[in-house]
Amino acid sequence: MESIAHIEAMTVLAVGIIFGMGAFGTAIGFGLLGGRFLEGMARQPELGPALLGRAFIFVALLDAVTFIGIGFALFFTFANPFVSAVQQLQSAAH
Amino acid sequence: MFLRHVAGESPNEYILHHLTFLRNKSPNGLLDFSTVNLDSVFFSVVLALAFGGLFYAAARRATTGVPGKFQNFIEWVVELVDSQVKDVFHGQSKLIAPLALTIFCWVFLFNALDVLPLDLLPGVAGAAGVGHLRIVPSTDLNIVFGLSLTVLLLIIFYGIKIKGPVGFLAQFALHPLRIQNPLAQALVAPFNIVVEFASFLARPVSLALRLYGNMFAGEMVFILIALLTLTYGFAGLASLGGWVWTVATLILGIAWSLFDLFIGFLQAFIFAILTVVYLSEASEHHD
Repeated sequence: MESIAHIEAMTVLAVGIIFGMGAFGTAIGFGLLGGRFLEGMARQPELGPALLGRAFIFVALLDAVTFIGIGFALFFTFANPFVSAVQQLQSAAH
Repeated sequence: MFLRHVAGESPNEYILHHLTFLRNKSPNGLLDFSTVNLDSVFFSVVLALAFGGLFYAAARRATTGVPGKFQNFIEWVVELVDSQVKDVFHGQSKLIAPLALTIFCWVFLFNALDVLPLDLLPGVAGAAGVGHLRIVPSTDLNIVFGLSLTVLLLIIFYGIKIKGPVGFLAQFALHPLRIQNPLAQALVAPFNIVVEFASFLARPVSLALRLYGNMFAGEMVFILIALLTLTYGFAGLASLGGWVWTVATLILGIAWSLFDLFIGFLQAFIFAILTVVYLSEASEHHD
């Protein structure tokens, strides 16, 4: 019982870190991307739509690992494999 | 979201119920090919037929005169994909633009199904006796990996077709470190092979997981918003606080729907563009 509570506590921390680090990374990435996009558009306004399209492509690429992390974090929250491993071991020991 | 509140189901059970696939049998072990996620397969086939039928009808009725709204829309989609393919693909192939169009439209239709209310189709299916239903095929790892492994096979096929089998395998040894001295190149080759192999395998995996992660996270937030809404259900409409709560969760649901639709469009577009980029890299002659 105690070991399961321990694992769940660690999982909560891990999920928080995954969400936080993902948000941190993408925030910096989007900030840089947005800044450069605005600079480029200010220099050559006629390239605006083309630059915007390319900017969205990079948005999707930046988002990728963040969302993968979020997917895993939600998986750990609702169907924690570490807890089920311990439960299997405990039921095998009894 | 309002359509069904199974009395007595705890939040955890509700979430797990919405994360379970409709399977023909339970898998033994991690890799069992006789287990089929019937709901994902059904919806992906239905959407493929819908996409094929729609575009075929547009092609049959196409006129060179002033286009109607339907033809205009289809032409816009085709030009959108075609302009990006022309930008990116430097080889010569008649397969690439239709492939990109198919991938883009099909994956976008997958992602667009996420906008339907969470309990709508599963509720209808439940009334018909079906226990679980997940309607968005791109939240199924099998579907997304099926797409990306097909792209990997195409990359290998194009690589071998354009560069020959020897050239295709040689590119693993010759990048990223290229040295003129053949002896030094042979020494560096193992390092090159490891690095190139890792980045080669990273492509289909990242392609699949990017789409899966985005769509799964979106669906998860929908489930959580539904849980928020269903906490009080229709009984919440009895008080002013309940009305505020209901309206607030409704606005939240609508806002997230729009955002998720946009993300779905973007991810479908990215999948198609990256496919074209990888195939373009596979088809060019390194000299």
